[in-house]
Order: sequence, then structure tokens, then C-alpha cells
Amino acid sequence: MFRSIVMKRMFGVALLLTLLAAPARAALDPSLLAGFAGDFQGRMAAIEALGVAGGDDARRVLDALEAGRLGVIGGRAVIVDGDTVRDAASGEALDQGAGDVELVTLNNRVRRTLANARAALALTSADRAERLGAAITLGDNPNETLLPVFDRALAAETDEEIRGILARAAARIKLASPDALTRLRAVRALGESSDPAVKNLLEGLLQKRDGNWVEAHPEVRTAAKLAIDDIEGRIAIAEGVGTVFSGLSLGSILLLAALGLAITYGVMGVINMAHGELLMVGAYATFLVQGLFRSYLPAYLDWYVAAAIPVAFLSAALVGVAMERLVLRHLYGRPLESLLATWGLSLVLIQAARVIFGPQNLELANPSWMSGGAELAAGVVLPYNRIVIIGFAVFVLVLIWLMMQKTRLGMFVRAVTQNRPMAGCVGVPTARVDTLAFAIGSGVAGLGGLALSQIANVGPAMGTGYIVDAFMVVVLGGVGQLAGAVWAALGLGIFAKFLEGWAGAVIAKILVLVFIIVFIQKRPQGIFALKGRFSDS
Amino acid sequence: MNRRNFVKALTLSASIAAIGLPVGAHAADTIKVGILHSLSGTMAISETALKNVALMTIEEINAKGGVMGKKLEPVVVDPASNWPLFAEKARQLVAQDKVAAVFGCWTSVSRKSVNPVFKELNGLLFYPVQYEGEELEKNVFYTGAAPNQQAIPAVEYLMSEEGGAAKRFVLLGTDYVYPRTTNKILRAFLKSKGVADADIMEDYTPFGHADYQTIIANIKKFAAAGKKTAVISTINGDSNVPFYKELGNAGLKATDVPVVAFSVGEEELRGVDTKPLVGHLAAWNYFMSLKNPENAAFVKKYRDWAKKNGVPNADTVVTNDPMEATYVGIYMWKQAVEKAKSTDTDKVIAALGGQTFKAPSGFTLTMDKTNHHLHKPVYIGEVRGDGQFDVVWKTKEPIRAQPWSPFIPGNESKQGI
Repeated sequence: MFRSIVMKRMFGVALLLTLLAAPARAALDPSLLAGFAGDFQGRMAAIEALGVAGGDDARRVLDALEAGRLGVIGGRAVIVDGDTVRDAASGEALDQGAGDVELVTLNNRVRRTLANARAALALTSADRAERLGAAITLGDNPNETLLPVFDRALAAETDEEIRGILARAAARIKLASPDALTRLRAVRALGESSDPAVKNLLEGLLQKRDGNWVEAHPEVRTAAKLAIDDIEGRIAIAEGVGTVFSGLSLGSILLLAALGLAITYGVMGVINMAHGELLMVGAYATFLVQGLFRSYLPAYLDWYVAAAIPVAFLSAALVGVAMERLVLRHLYGRPLESLLATWGLSLVLIQAARVIFGPQNLELANPSWMSGGAELAAGVVLPYNRIVIIGFAVFVLVLIWLMMQKTRLGMFVRAVTQNRPMAGCVGVPTARVDTLAFAIGSGVAGLGGLALSQIANVGPAMGTGYIVDAFMVVVLGGVGQLAGAVWAALGLGIFAKFLEGWAGAVIAKILVLVFIIVFIQKRPQGIFALKGRFSDS
Repeated sequence: MNRRNFVKALTLSASIAAIGLPVGAHAADTIKVGILHSLSGTMAISETALKNVALMTIEEINAKGGVMGKKLEPVVVDPASNWPLFAEKARQLVAQDKVAAVFGCWTSVSRKSVNPVFKELNGLLFYPVQYEGEELEKNVFYTGAAPNQQAIPAVEYLMSEEGGAAKRFVLLGTDYVYPRTTNKILRAFLKSKGVADADIMEDYTPFGHADYQTIIANIKKFAAAGKKTAVISTINGDSNVPFYKELGNAGLKATDVPVVAFSVGEEELRGVDTKPLVGHLAAWNYFMSLKNPENAAFVKKYRDWAKKNGVPNADTVVTNDPMEATYVGIYMWKQAVEKAKSTDTDKVIAALGGQTFKAPSGFTLTMDKTNHHLHKPVYIGEVRGDGQFDVVWKTKEPIRAQPWSPFIPGNESKQGI
């Protein structure tokens, strides 16, 4: 403990010096880097020493360390730069191969020191985003030795957002000030926060220890109470938004998984047990596109997901057409046989994927624009990949809606759904409509697979996990109804997420299933019943 | 021989082979060993690699002349991640195929399902995966870690200053016997270290759970209480992929809230982009990244074997802890058979205690004389950007297993067979 305080102090001094020693030097003193050849303690000391030295060269070394390119050869710190190895201190190229370099490893403690050192150096950067990131890093874990750094940065900082973060970070430290007025100001400044950690900090002031208030001054205590109320209000709103968002996200995934089924099941009444495998085909198509981009267009790798949209749609649609032409066509009107046949098909597809791609899950990287998240408030982050998928679900839905309502094919599909013999009588080529509708339904499942590949596992058996959910949505929504599927998916998603927050994931899953059983008992036709007369009912 | 007779002979021999009777005079020259790993279903992801490494090891032993001058003949069956089927297949291996030993199982529930079969038929099972302990069967040898060879040292590391001095713990797991038992032991252990109940959050998810948004939000809330928090994950199987993806996207960094996992290794991370996960931890008795001559040879052998045998994605195959445990288990069995000069179960069991083997983990491992577990070194690794692990802590020497955890009351008297 004592050692860690000393370290923090040393580090604080280091930061101060850093800010004073701004001008860059020509090269680093190699003795500064000696610690990198030692143990974790030595590496931490070396990072702190570089913080003291400051300047562009120190930044270069710390950046290389962060990127995992800093190594050691024979006790000498080097930076691996592609195939060339450069001396870390001087930047000269050395004639050793990159293969001989022992890369410097970090542990979490060293990594934190490194993050703080880099943030302290970046606090004076000209780039706003860099300063903001630095302020957030330092503000997350402020300690008293950082106070002068914050004050100095505040004096120079003009950006409102960064100023706010720095001011709150400084206020957290000032809560321990002996001067009541300073504490009062600090508490008021912290009332602007929405961080649960700050709330806990303030609550600590309102406790009694050995019969005395932790915070002696009653006015500060009152201010703290008000500040806590403010923060709590903000946290509650953020959490509510967070829960609704996760519900929407789950709902959009359920919708993408079920939309294709709503079309095939609705139109043809075929219980397609292989629907989950069509999702899998879409995900595997996405994987192949990623592979192509990696090999041939590495510069555009970030956009492989967009390029995979038509590929996933077409490949799943093709598999769907093959299934319909070769198997299902011969089983229309025999639900039990088609159920068994499609189940068999699903096993065939799973094994085929296993034989071709292996039993392991495939690695699909989120593109950089889908990684990370938007922070709504401290503790509530809306991940970008989920935001994108909600948007994608809306996009697919609009596309399907346009297709069904505005095109001739859509009209035919609706006609066949409502009354197959009558549609046939007035000249709708029902067999072709069946094939096309099945292709579209399968293609949409492929798009669902594409979306799933960005958040869930991609493996041969991935589809089996979604088939139950997809049927649940379709049956709950009402067979043959797109609007029903939408309401059912979003409703189930939000319902499940609220239950999960309240009862935990295991119980929530059970309760959702119980709810659906009861609902189907009471209302077998689903939320929306098909209006008009069914030919076969 | 005319065509009809030839076909007849072929069918006859095929059917004889199918019902497992010894074919011809060859049978006497081979020793059969069973491989009981799921090659389909949810566990295929993890267990297929164990089947592969077992076949590789058997091939290697055969190339060096086999066991007691006889070649080993692997009998591979697929229990398809179906727990009752494990028992059926185990019975088939021991009773019909008359295998001398079986190498198999991954989940604790599959092991529990085959235990009675091995006991009844006096067979021999080598179980290669870390598990929750609280069990000791005469017919089973455990080459994976007991809790004190994995879970307890990992938590001690988290509580040390080097590991971040965690004071608050989230115990997160899949809802079945292994995570529940492990967390029971860990809770008792944390209590003995003075951690209050209010500082422990326990949460479970169903098998195959894929939506970790709520749980990660809860962890964040729990971690905001001002004390250093760490997550101990016993999530099993492919749920780990969505869990770690969500963790990365939600911005929960290892420097703030480190997650240490007991069922996540190189193989499980193959499906994940590990760049946002750098610094999260795993505790095992072996990592592929260990640098020693035995491991270099082991990794190379497996890579070559995978390429030669057309394993899918052969150029990216990895080795992991249960694979090393399988490898060690087969060699220990071979040594014991050679010592006993017989494949008789009781003689082999007697000869196994005290066997040693220079393992890819860099240590000479010993089979304990009384408790059927290996003495194993413990490594704690941090995830790297390329899906491998950097070792940040290790024991100086292999430690003895405690299958009956001292942190569960009533276990004091149950230490040996």
C-alpha cells in the first residue's frame, strides 16, 4: 500500500515535469529504457521515467509499447517496424531480424500506468479528440497527485466538454480538502455528473463514523444530498433508456431471424425447420466475403459487411430455391412430412457446413465503425454494432414492405396467402410465386444471418439456437402477418429485457416461454389474425 | 474366388468388424483404446480438437513401436454432446470393443454420466479437463486441474497488488454443475479472506445464452461502488463469444474491471476479435505461448498432424490446456502399462501412481500416488491482440491437487481414494 502511494506521488511529479518539459529532444537517454528488459516493476518504472522525460521520442516509445511493437534484444530496447528493427532510443535501424526480438509484455497494472502516462502526455495535444480521450482516461481514476495536472490543463483548455470532465475530476479530489468552501464548490460541480461512482463518493459524505458525520459542515451535506438526487435522476433516465435500447436490440435481432420465416410460413404454410440453417448460410456467406476482402481488398476491409449484404441474400435465396424445388415442392399440403423433411435438410446443412468449414466457430471481426459504443451516461453505453443492426432491421423491413405492397410479385404473394385456389383460378402462377416467395424469405433469413454474425457466434449449429425464437415470434405475431411479426419481436425483446433486469437471465427465459404458452392458449391466432377467409379454414 | 463369394466375404467381415469382434489374427497384436469425445452438437467446438490430439498421440506412440511391442488401435465414437449417450458409448467401448482405456469427456455432466459405467465394468477413464472437484473415482484419472490448481490461485492473483488488488467480485457462470460448485467454493474462499457478501454478485445464464447486455450493465453498476472490482467467469462453451464481444463494445476495459475466465482458452478465442479484450485473464496449467522445447515440439507436431490429416483451417490450429492434458494422459497410461506389463485395469491403476512425464507445460508432471490427479503448475495469462496469452504469473513448481476443496465443510476427511 505504502509503495503504491509513493509510486502515485512519483508519478504525479513525473506528470508535472512532463508538462514543464515540453520541447522535444533529439534522442532519448538509453538508460531510461533499461527497465523494459526487467520485470513488470522495472517496466512500470521505465514508463514513468519516459513520462518525466516527455517529448516526441518518449511518446513514440510509449505508442510502440501500446501497439505491442516494443521489444528487447540483448537488454537493448528496440521498436519493431515491419521487418526492420530500430533502436528505441535513437531510432536507428539495426541489422537484426524482427524474429529475434523478445516483445515487451504488459500486465493490467503496467497497462494502467501506460494509459495514464500517455493520457498525461496527450492532455496538451493540439487534437481535440486526443485531449478528450486523455481527459476521460485520467478522470476515471483521479488521485490527488493529479490535481496540479488538472488545474494546469483547465487553465489552458477552451473546449467546454473537456473542461467539464477535467473540472469534475478535479472536484472529486477536492472533496477531501480541509476548506469547507472548496468542498461545497466541489460537491456542486459534481452534481453535474451522471457517474454512479461519483454518487457513491457523495453518499460516503452523508454517513456517520464513530458518531460524527464524515462531512462536518451541514451546508455541504445539504448540497451533497441535492447533488445525489440530481445524479440519481440522471442515472435512472439513462438506465431506463439503456434497458429499452437493449430490448429494441434484442427485438430487432428476433425480427431479422423471424422475418423470413413469416414470409415462408405465412405464404406456404410450410413449417421450415431448416430456417435457422438459412441464417447460418447468410452468416457463412458474410464470412467468405470477409475472407475475400482480407485477401484482395485489405484497404476496404471495413466495408466488407456492406458488400456482404447482396451476397448473403443471394446465397441464402439460392439454397432456399434449391430446397423448394428439390424437396418441398413435392410435399405441399403435407405439413408433417414437410416438417420432417426440412428438419432433415437442416441436419444436412449443418453437417455440410461442418465438413466444409470445420466444427469451430468462425471469427468475424466487427468493422471499426461498428466497434465500441456511444456513451449515454457513465455506465450506459449503446454499442454501435447494435445501433447499426436496429437500423438494418428497419431497412430490411421497409424493403419487404415495399416489395409486398408496391410490386406485382408482392400482390401475388398476398393473393396466394389469402386464398391459394382462387388466386390460381384468376391466373396467378402459384407454383412460381411459391418458389419466389420462398427465395425471398430465405434471402431475408440470409440477411438475418449477416446481422447475427456481427453480434453472436457463427458456427455450423448457430441456426438451431434461433429456430425456436423465430417460430415464437411468428406464432405470437399471427401467421402470415408482417406487422404482427414486428410487434411480437419488439414486444418480446423489451419484455424479456425488463424481466431479465428484474429476475435474471435464467428466470426471464422461463417466464417468456410461460407467457407465450398462456398467450397462445388464450389467443391461438396470434396478436393479429389474418382478415378475410382462408381457403383452408 | 468368384464375385458373389467375394461380396459375401466382404459383407461378413464388415459386419464382424461392425459388431466389434476381433478380426483375424491381427487383433492380438494391437491394444484398443477408446476416444469418447463429442464430434457433433454444442461441445464439438471444444472436443473435436481433443479427439484430434488423441489420434496424433496414438500415431506418435505407434511410430515409436507402440506399447509393449503392440500397436495401439484407436476406437473413435461420437456421443454427440448428448449426456446419456455418453454412458451408452462408454459401455460399448468397454464391454464390446474391450478397450484397455478410454480418453474422453469434457463437461462435468458427461463425466458424471459415464462414471457408473466405468465403475461397474471396471474400465479406465482419463478425463482431461479442469473441473469442480468434489469427486474421486477409482476408475478415473483426472489430468485436468482441480479448483486449487486453477480457480483459487487465480482469485488470489486478483486480490494481490500485482493483479489489481480487487475487493469486489462478480461470479458469473453458465447454469450447471461446474460453475455452481466452483462458485460455492470461491464464495467460501472469499469469505475466508474477509470479503463480505455484499461485495459478491453471483449471476447465471442458460447454456448458449447470446445476449449479455443486461448482465454487463449490471456489472458496470456493481463496479461503480468505489472498490476495485473483478469478474470471475465460469461461462462455458460458445456463449463466451457474445459475452466478450459485448464486453469490448461496452467499453469495460481490463484495466478497470478485469475478467478472469476458467473455461476460455486459445480454441474458444478463435471466434473472437481479441483486440478490445487485451488484458483480460485466463487461468490454466498450460498455454500455447509457453516457451520451452517440449511445447515447441508439441505445437509443431499438432500443426503438422492437422495439415497432414486435412483438419479444416489446418494453418490456424491452436493447442490448449485440455489438449495438453490429453497428451500427457495417454503417455502416462502407456508408461503405466509398460510398468505393469499388462493392460489389466487394476494393475494399470496401481502402476499409474507416481508416474512422471515431461510435459509441454515446461514441468515434469507427476501422477499423485493416492488421489488420481496430476501435480500441475498454474499459469495466469492475459489475452493478447492475436488471441494468444501472455503469462503474467505462475507457480514456481507443480502443485498437488485437492479434489475435495477444504473450503467446503465436511471435506476434511475425504482426501484419498
